[in-house]
Amino acid sequence: MKQKIRIASGQGFWGDLLTAPIDQVTKGQVDYLVMDYLAEVTMSILQKQKLKDPKLGYAKDLIPLLETILPICIEKNIKVVTNGGGVNPIACKDAILSVAQKLGVNVKVGVVAGDDILEQIDTLVANGNELKNMETSESLSNVRPKISSANVYFGAAPIVEALKQGAQIVITGRTTDTGITLAPMIYEFGWSLDDWDKMAVGTIAGHILECGAQSSGGNFSADWESVPDMANIGFPIAEAYPNGEIIITKHETLGGKVTRQIVTEQLLYEIGNPKEYITPDCVADFTSIQLEEVGANRVKMFGVKGKPATEFFKVSMAYLDGFVAFSTLTYAWPDALKKAQKADEILRARLKNLGLEFEEVRTEFLGYNSCHGSLSPNVELNEVVMRIGVRGKDYKSVERFGKEIAPLILTGPPSVTGFAGGRPKPSEVIAYWPALIRKAAVNPKVLVF
Amino acid sequence: MKIQLLQICHARSGDKGDTANVGLIAREQKYYSIIEKHITADVVKKHFEGICLGKVERFELPNLWALNFLLHNSLGGGGTKSLKNDAQGKTLSSALLRMEIEIKESKL
Repeated sequence: MKQKIRIASGQGFWGDLLTAPIDQVTKGQVDYLVMDYLAEVTMSILQKQKLKDPKLGYAKDLIPLLETILPICIEKNIKVVTNGGGVNPIACKDAILSVAQKLGVNVKVGVVAGDDILEQIDTLVANGNELKNMETSESLSNVRPKISSANVYFGAAPIVEALKQGAQIVITGRTTDTGITLAPMIYEFGWSLDDWDKMAVGTIAGHILECGAQSSGGNFSADWESVPDMANIGFPIAEAYPNGEIIITKHETLGGKVTRQIVTEQLLYEIGNPKEYITPDCVADFTSIQLEEVGANRVKMFGVKGKPATEFFKVSMAYLDGFVAFSTLTYAWPDALKKAQKADEILRARLKNLGLEFEEVRTEFLGYNSCHGSLSPNVELNEVVMRIGVRGKDYKSVERFGKEIAPLILTGPPSVTGFAGGRPKPSEVIAYWPALIRKAAVNPKVLVF
Repeated sequence: MKIQLLQICHARSGDKGDTANVGLIAREQKYYSIIEKHITADVVKKHFEGICLGKVERFELPNLWALNFLLHNSLGGGGTKSLKNDAQGKTLSSALLRMEIEIKESKL
């Protein structure tokens, strides 16, 4: 058994810094590279891509990235774990194996599938899995015909299985952001899946890594100007020990920093009740976490407690729920805000005259109140951007709104500019249906190629 | 004396659907008792009047010198439905740090 493993975060979301995972495997020693690509909206985008082309539906960035790092990972024996398989982990595996062949290297790729239950929804419901909305308790039948993707959040266990079968690269579908970090610890240290404190350790380490550089100086609110060399920011690394101690750190030659304050900010990111951070692997207690700075860019985490996992997996389903469109115009001094507000008034009157129907029309003034709303102080603005958005079920109304912006330039208040990029096009609103499903009702599939 | 939370705290915020979470962290351990005492769910609800349209829940994390607030119904529907520029509530952290509170001078 290894006495220590270093797990490097490579991406905090699909669209994150492309050079980060390359830096993680080249600028210092690591044993694992973990990458979280999936947000809720990503799943339905991928589902759409797969419908158009059955060979798509995964995080495409992964393929050129692996083409670059695969030889390094093989040479240094670095394992890669990622949920970038999206809604088509098998196709993703095929693409990776082609890259390996092209590079002339041999690599074992593990796939975790079975999370995609889109085709099984009706059978599952017929078998007594209600899949009602876990927040509103509404019945699934209200939205059933509109559902366009449905995925179960798996935890660490199937990844551990793939690692045990010798996979060096593990590609999953919808696996929790935390599971991809916990799995290597279970595998390397032989932790038991019902050692709840240890499961919580790896889960919380996963929470620290899952948003990339947010744990190494990015988006740091306390003293952001003190963060060195953000241009070359190093992503965080969790150094894990068999006894459950974790050191959060980064490669020394890269920018950013890791401090108690920075790690604390990430721990507070997007959590609910801190005593019950629920994942498929355990229920972690964030009020048990102890942090200590033990060196430059080294924060130790210890004392973590966990409770037994629940009997459920979370399911996330997506459905089309109307359309939105946005547009902006910029107004200059004098009376910049007054002019922008008048333009908004005129626009709304015209939309009303046209008889268009929207669920909501929202106007914000960038430079004045789009971030802090009613808390924004009244000060003389040199310029302000009117940002107006509409949402409705009727595509034509939303599209028609887009034709009413440019006319304001010649038919409204003066000193206005900034209408670029043509008429705004409607985009789809993807709504979510969160539900719970008994773990016994679904089966993760683990395949190693 | 009157202080602004920015002087003694830092913060991070994010989203879960239409609910925003704001983590408020004391810059030093000695400030935690101040925020624990003064920054109640009611105070935060009042601060975010017109922004947070639902209830505010507060959770304590004394181990991290922090409080976690859940601001329900605050993001214009959340996700791709929201028409807000800040649909994910990313800047609500600094909005909370604007808050001014009256404290006993001996505390600082």
